[in-house]
Amino acid sequence: MIKKEMIAMLLAGGQGSRLGVLTSKVAKPAVAFGGKYRIIDFPLSNCINSGVDTVGVLTQYQPLRLNTHIGIGIPWDLDRNIGGVTVLPPYEKSANSEWYTGTANAIFQNLDYMESFNPDYVLILSGDHIYKMDYEVMLDFHKANNAEVTIAVMPVPMEEASRFGIMITDENRRITDFEEKPEHPRSNLASMGIYIFNWKTLKEALINMADQPALDFGKHVIPYCHDKGAPLYAYEFNGYWKDVGTLSSYWEANMELIDIVPVFNLYEEYWKIYTKSDILPPQYMSSDSVVQRCIIGEGTDVCGRVYNSVIGCGVTIGAGAVIRDSIIMNNVVIGPGCEINKAIVAENVRIGDNVKLGVGDEAENDTAPHIYNHGLVTVGEKSVIPCGVSVGKNTVIAGETTAADYPDAYLASGKTLIKAEER
Amino acid sequence: MRAIGIILAGGNNHRMKELSQKRAICAMPVAGSYRSIDFTLSNMSNSHIQRVAVFTQYNSRSLNEHLSSSKWWDFGRKQGGLYVFTPAVTVNNSNWYRGTADAIAQNLTWLKNSHEPYVVIASGDGVYKMDFNKLLEYHIEKKADITVVCRDMEQGTEIERFGTMKMNEDFRVTEFEEKPLQAKSNSISCGIYVIRRRNLIEMIERCVEEERYDFVRDILIRYKDMKRIYAYKIKEYWRNIASVEDYYGTNMDFLKPEVRDYFFKQYPDIYSKVDDLPPAKYNPGAEIRNSLISSGCIVNGVVENSVIFKKSYIGNNCVIKNSVILNDVYIGDNTYIENCIVESRDTIRAGSRFVGENGIRIVVEKNERYVI
Repeated sequence: MIKKEMIAMLLAGGQGSRLGVLTSKVAKPAVAFGGKYRIIDFPLSNCINSGVDTVGVLTQYQPLRLNTHIGIGIPWDLDRNIGGVTVLPPYEKSANSEWYTGTANAIFQNLDYMESFNPDYVLILSGDHIYKMDYEVMLDFHKANNAEVTIAVMPVPMEEASRFGIMITDENRRITDFEEKPEHPRSNLASMGIYIFNWKTLKEALINMADQPALDFGKHVIPYCHDKGAPLYAYEFNGYWKDVGTLSSYWEANMELIDIVPVFNLYEEYWKIYTKSDILPPQYMSSDSVVQRCIIGEGTDVCGRVYNSVIGCGVTIGAGAVIRDSIIMNNVVIGPGCEINKAIVAENVRIGDNVKLGVGDEAENDTAPHIYNHGLVTVGEKSVIPCGVSVGKNTVIAGETTAADYPDAYLASGKTLIKAEER
Repeated sequence: MRAIGIILAGGNNHRMKELSQKRAICAMPVAGSYRSIDFTLSNMSNSHIQRVAVFTQYNSRSLNEHLSSSKWWDFGRKQGGLYVFTPAVTVNNSNWYRGTADAIAQNLTWLKNSHEPYVVIASGDGVYKMDFNKLLEYHIEKKADITVVCRDMEQGTEIERFGTMKMNEDFRVTEFEEKPLQAKSNSISCGIYVIRRRNLIEMIERCVEEERYDFVRDILIRYKDMKRIYAYKIKEYWRNIASVEDYYGTNMDFLKPEVRDYFFKQYPDIYSKVDDLPPAKYNPGAEIRNSLISSGCIVNGVVENSVIFKKSYIGNNCVIKNSVILNDVYIGDNTYIENCIVESRDTIRAGSRFVGENGIRIVVEKNERYVI
């Protein structure tokens, strides 16, 4: 009989709407990060590095990119005879067919998948954080405390604690109470959305709570287990952990990688991060190129100047172009003479000659100021920007734009230019 | 595809000097991210040749490591796959491969057990792109017994170190000389052949009976009048790695935009083993001019007209000029390197100076590396 001590369930179905046009066609876990990676590479690599070789990836929102990226799991060594990686989309049933309505509901709908591995423990992960963590150490903690549920927590500054789900523990790290985004936090231990459940506890809770609409771990399952009196423990994690849920935090996390000795170091031999790489050639720097404080992916051709930026694979940067403080994802073409400041340019974008991004004064975005802020220019994937136009700050562009979309060849700060077919 | 593939990867060449001490030529790193055998392997895979044998003998550790999984070239198939054959002691045989024909002879069972009618034989040290389907079509059209891929070399190349051939207006080979003292033609053999599988088995069996072991000398040249041997002329980029100068030149060729475009941008791709290295990182002080940099490198200094392979570290105030730095080299601060090939996994102490005065200097420096 198949037996896996611990299997992982990776929640990768969310849209991540606060990433704006970056997630209009791909799920958030499939968004590129750090030059050559995608966000989901981090939890997947953590799994295999921790010895967890059975991972169910729950997908729902725009799964194509995610599916092609994961494939049969070869890059992460998750192509296994037994276990390995399995993509689990919502499916039709003889009665009560539904989408995944909540995090725990998604897991509930895949009870059969988990059952087939006869696990002792189930690790619940989300596909939208950047971190390196040994889940085996967390499991040891779970076992040592005879816990039924262990929640990974991270100490955060007290003044920021009201943005998170906060765990209140006793001196043995047993959870006595918890509060969701409290106004006056009683602790600074924020939940990281990483749980280890005893399989029996999880199964029992999910079946009993099945009728709860939008069944969620934080809101329903954890309180249920707590009320039942099950021992809940908080496992404190002190390494680098970053939620890249907003454009500004996404931009910051990328920029942290270019520090001379980054806090989150990708160059360590130990704990490698794996990704599917289909672009292999080395990168070429022309005689006139300048590259300073940046990381650059494979197969990129640089003929311009690049400062403080994260550049993906297969990018072409034309002669005389100047790129500063920006994130350029895979296969982008930037024409000669461009000037790009503090922009996030998604995959396969074509930028014409002498385009200026991120110029002019700050102005609040007119459609979604809570998404497009911090002066960033965001360009959605496969967009086209015609030659010679200038674009202000806090702007967003998506779709094949033409010169007619830019009155006076200028898109003022705070404007939104999303072509109808992209909506 | 109606052919199987044989890659001859056993060879060593003293003209590679120190570079061949730790690996077979087929495992030489090329163009930043590849090894020379990747080109032939990818060509075979891209031509849908499904069954490929690699014959290795000399210093095969590095090559075996590279070929540890066949999935990178898409050979991990139920039908066919990648076979690596090193000489093995059997009841009838206790010899090393005594030559290319002997290598085939010692693995004749594999050849007999295949059912495809043709065999493509290629050496593993060429840097080129080729669709073997077209070569096979040509072979069939010419009703040839053996087709040899050839190329006219430019003035100034050392033709004498290749096999040279002369052919009539129908491209039938009339003369074939291996490494002639004085070349009579500037057409050289690229070491790529097509031949009917049954014919090959027959000829090899006869060769062995006569105690002859070399494919070129004992089959091509010996049979050239008896059999219909045709030349298939290519005009595209082709170079093989046989000497330090060749090796250096081949790497430097990739600094030319047309060569990069041909190999890196045009379909189909060349595949290689994936190393899972992070993107290259450029710290303040990095100045790169006309150079190729591979993944996993960290650059703090000046790099000019050079090819830097994977995972190298270049310290502060370093100057690297006209050089090839192989995989995983650590270069300490204030180092000056010009006209050199730096052997892989070298550790170069801070403040060193290496200059190739007359030609290319090979740097082998095995110092202790202290990793922080």
